[in-house]
Amino acid sequence: MNANETLIKVENLQKYYNGGAIKALDGINTEIKKGEVVVVIGPSGSGKSTFLRCLNLLEVPTGGSIFFEGTDITDEKTNINIHRQKMGMVFQHFNLFPHMTILKNMIIAPMKLRKKSEAEATAMAMELLKRVGLEDRANAYPSQLSGGQKQRIAIVRALCMEPEVMLFDEPTSALDPEMVGEVLEVMKQLAHDNMTMVVVTHEMGFAKEVGTRVMFMADGKQVEEGIPAEIFENPKSDRLKQFLAKVL
Amino acid sequence: MSLKEKFIFNFIQHDRWKYITDGLVVTLKVTFFAVLLGIALGIIIAIIRSTYEKNGSAMRGFSKFVLWVMNLLCKIYLTVIRGTPVVVQLMIMYFVILVSTRNKILVAVIAFGLNSAAYVAEIFRSGIMSIDQGQFEAGRSLGFNYVQTMQYIIIPQAFKNVLPALANEFIVLLKETSVSGYVGLMDLTKGGDIIRSRTYEAFFPLIGVAVIYLVMVMFFTWLVGILERRLRNSER
Repeated sequence: MNANETLIKVENLQKYYNGGAIKALDGINTEIKKGEVVVVIGPSGSGKSTFLRCLNLLEVPTGGSIFFEGTDITDEKTNINIHRQKMGMVFQHFNLFPHMTILKNMIIAPMKLRKKSEAEATAMAMELLKRVGLEDRANAYPSQLSGGQKQRIAIVRALCMEPEVMLFDEPTSALDPEMVGEVLEVMKQLAHDNMTMVVVTHEMGFAKEVGTRVMFMADGKQVEEGIPAEIFENPKSDRLKQFLAKVL
Repeated sequence: MSLKEKFIFNFIQHDRWKYITDGLVVTLKVTFFAVLLGIALGIIIAIIRSTYEKNGSAMRGFSKFVLWVMNLLCKIYLTVIRGTPVVVQLMIMYFVILVSTRNKILVAVIAFGLNSAAYVAEIFRSGIMSIDQGQFEAGRSLGFNYVQTMQYIIIPQAFKNVLPALANEFIVLLKETSVSGYVGLMDLTKGGDIIRSRTYEAFFPLIGVAVIYLVMVMFFTWLVGILERRLRNSER
């Protein structure tokens, strides 16, 4: 694997609502390389979640292109389902399937989509559960878990598809404060294992410590981009200075 | 005549109880197959309607047009079926549409099935719409296509949510089949009515028929209660 290989390339990405009256994304350009941890920060309404959700086409962009492993996924002829299998996503509200056990939550996609045998999928799921310290909850239902546990399960559920990139949409925003740490710990571990990650978050500590690049967005535009030290210690734009003054 | 003699006169003499049992079999047959038809057709209509409501605005071109037409057809169907009495629909089915068919049970199954489908469709649609959008997104983000997401994630949850309403629809349907006599189908109600016309006694035949309906409804209510509890336990 070439460490400098581009995994996702975003060209002039636009998302308009009401025929252009609201510009949620106004021409985003970026490249995400393998092994990078890109942390997207910005005030609420800046379009950072919309940007993330466009990457796997949960939001359909109004204009621009997104290339994933060289394929233009915004092209209508592209079968997005194939590409989504390689793009894991973690949501703010976990979105575990309440009618399935934890184990079933994790193995259903590998079994149905990757045609893995139940034994094979289960072995992998148990291995991942062990890594996040939840192997004893395999047969529990989501309603029996705490928020932090749910989110850790949501992360390993996505990992069961062996994705090339993990997208995190404010993964700790719906958690009680004392549970934020355990989820961030799993994410750090992932970054340490060289997983490519795009993380929308308000956790500035995480951005500083784990991010290889920070992207600051405001009003649907990428205002500033750089390594964490640069962004946090030496902000250039007034918009970023204002934002950092509020959150730090 | 004493009550006992009246009972014997109405049900035992000339094997009149056979009107009741034969009618009961017909009622159960019609209800069972009408429910199957209603659920199958109802789910299809519900999926078309909820797909259009959720995704219609995001779709483009030909597929959007097809979905729009299908949604419109479903809406017309729902309006007509829910806007007319089931007994009129049954008679239209027998005397106008399926004139060449002499199989009255088949006619009743189709008429009640098509009628029930309209109500089942709306029940299922509300069930599908009640599932959090995040469940769709989680399914799609794993790589499931729309149909797979529906099949594995949305419908199982929606089904559980609508089970009480669905059971109610089944019970309503069971009782609605009592108008089958309008096309000369010998169902349970008609059986009781025939006894009444033979014996000129109204009390036993009609009360007898009513009790049988009541017992069946109570039995099915109990059955659905068990099913509901089992489904609920699977989340705890």
